Amino acid sequence: MRLASSPADIAIQTAKTRQSLQRRPQADLPGTLFKWLLISFTGFAIAFLGVLVVVMVNDGWSVLSGRLSGFLSNGFSQRSAQDAGVWQGIVGSVQIGIATALFAIPVGIATAIYLVEYATGGWFARAVELNVRNLAGVPSIVYGLLGLTVFVKTLDGFTQGKTVIAGGLTLAAMVLPIIVITSVEALKAVPQGIREAAYGVGATKWEVLSRQILPAAVSTILTGTVLSLARALGEAAPLILVGAATGFISFGDSNFLETFTGPFTALPVLIFNFARQPGEDWSANAAAASVVILILVLMINGAALYFRNRFEKKW
Amino acid sequence: MVETNNLNESAREEKKTTISLSPTISSMATRGDESTADPSAAEVIFDVEKLDAFYGDFKALSNVSLQVYKSQVTAFIGPSGCGKSTFLRCFNRMNDLIEGARVEGTIKYRGADLYDEEVDPVEVRRRIGMVFQKPNPFPKSIFENVAYGPRLSGLKKSKLAETVEKSLRRSALWDEVKDRLSASAYGLSGGQQQRLCIARAIAVQPDVVLMDEPCSALDPIATARIEELITELKSEYTIVIVTHNMQQAARMSDQTAFFSVALDSHGSRTGELVEFDKTETIFTNPNDSRTEAYITGRVG
Repeated sequence: MRLASSPADIAIQTAKTRQSLQRRPQADLPGTLFKWLLISFTGFAIAFLGVLVVVMVNDGWSVLSGRLSGFLSNGFSQRSAQDAGVWQGIVGSVQIGIATALFAIPVGIATAIYLVEYATGGWFARAVELNVRNLAGVPSIVYGLLGLTVFVKTLDGFTQGKTVIAGGLTLAAMVLPIIVITSVEALKAVPQGIREAAYGVGATKWEVLSRQILPAAVSTILTGTVLSLARALGEAAPLILVGAATGFISFGDSNFLETFTGPFTALPVLIFNFARQPGEDWSANAAAASVVILILVLMINGAALYFRNRFEKKW
Repeated sequence: MVETNNLNESAREEKKTTISLSPTISSMATRGDESTADPSAAEVIFDVEKLDAFYGDFKALSNVSLQVYKSQVTAFIGPSGCGKSTFLRCFNRMNDLIEGARVEGTIKYRGADLYDEEVDPVEVRRRIGMVFQKPNPFPKSIFENVAYGPRLSGLKKSKLAETVEKSLRRSALWDEVKDRLSASAYGLSGGQQQRLCIARAIAVQPDVVLMDEPCSALDPIATARIEELITELKSEYTIVIVTHNMQQAARMSDQTAFFSVALDSHGSRTGELVEFDKTETIFTNPNDSRTEAYITGRVG
């Protein structure tokens, strides 16, 4: 390139350079369009959720503002919408959640660890993984049928028939594939370099697993597990099939532990029952109960977030 | 320290007396250059005989025989896909971690067959440490990275700090990290991370350190520091290093093995050992025309 000699030449060169570097409005049209497409879809998703919450709160407002404490502490009442409450549903959902977690989390995580760390690459592991993935897509009502046949009837010696334990086992069977899959992905995401480094200084398989791989994967496993439990808490269909009470139930004098083997109900089942009844008042109850279940799920997710941040030390 | 020296001396003397009796070693000695020190006077750490390595049905490495001597740097060079990394990972049974990987032939470590049924790969890896191509510190603090190995071998808590400091000093990292031992290892630069990995490897006081292209992810200055470090470490450890970089092999190593890729009758690619000799010989007067072509930059 010719060297600019005079100040005038230099000025012209500078002007040319400046112009060629200038931002053109049409330079990245596809990129800009794509960005706005993404923004609009995200907005749609948020708006959808927002409308759902607003409608729910609005419909249930008469209950939520008028008789919240009664609604939370009363039992189910067939007689009048004004007396109906969700206390038994809250207790039932919490119990079922505990039972589901107790059954599903250890089994699910153990299965995932076996598949990733011990049965690596073999046809058995591949076959199991494929089937587990398919199971995750099975409709919940099918798990309800399974629960009725296996947990309520065949295993009634253990579950005592239509109880919280039977319901918890049914939902555990439902979320098990999801827990297995998310845990498998979490374990596979731990870099191979970490495994090799640990083996390289003479760690045994157990030492590699317990001190390196599980700590690295635990927060992802926890997130997936909690999400699946939240999904289980929202299920009504399988619980109705395994015999969740749809009418008033009395806990009598039994304590919290004894109610695990008594008749039970759950929040989604109550919502289903409220919604079946004719009249505005019952719809308001259904909406208010939906808000309660939403808050319950939010609390669980919040707890998971808290524990995740405590477990996970960012490096 | 004094004790080990005595041991080494007596071992070396023993070797000298047996040289004339050993046909393989004496034939090597006649092939080698007479003017320089005889490498076979050193103690043999690894004795590899007719080793084949497979991944499933794929034969990655065919018929390799060589010796690795005590307190020397042995370099493996050769083009990509020649099986040199596979070969290195046979020395501490790291290939056991790969599904379908197996070997035929023998690797003897101080006379014991590494692939004997009775051999525990965990014990092998405690004695034969490894540094990998990409720096791979644990997602933990600098201290915990180095302390991990010694803690596994049951070192007392009171001695841990001392061992960590010694290892970090030995890997020329101490001055840079002594004020932030509890900080994340991920905050270090690539070269520092690799020196941390070397510190982690030597913290368990291994007999041998295997290095798989330890400088390939580093800039020239970090590379120079690691090379300097390796040269220092060989007084205490036997080092086997895989490298892409021929100048590196020429600068640092005492023995060099050149691997190449051969096509077999079915057209599948298998790595083979072309030539193994003193580094000086390989780089100034190679026996095989393929070695010469590679080191002069005509192929590869």
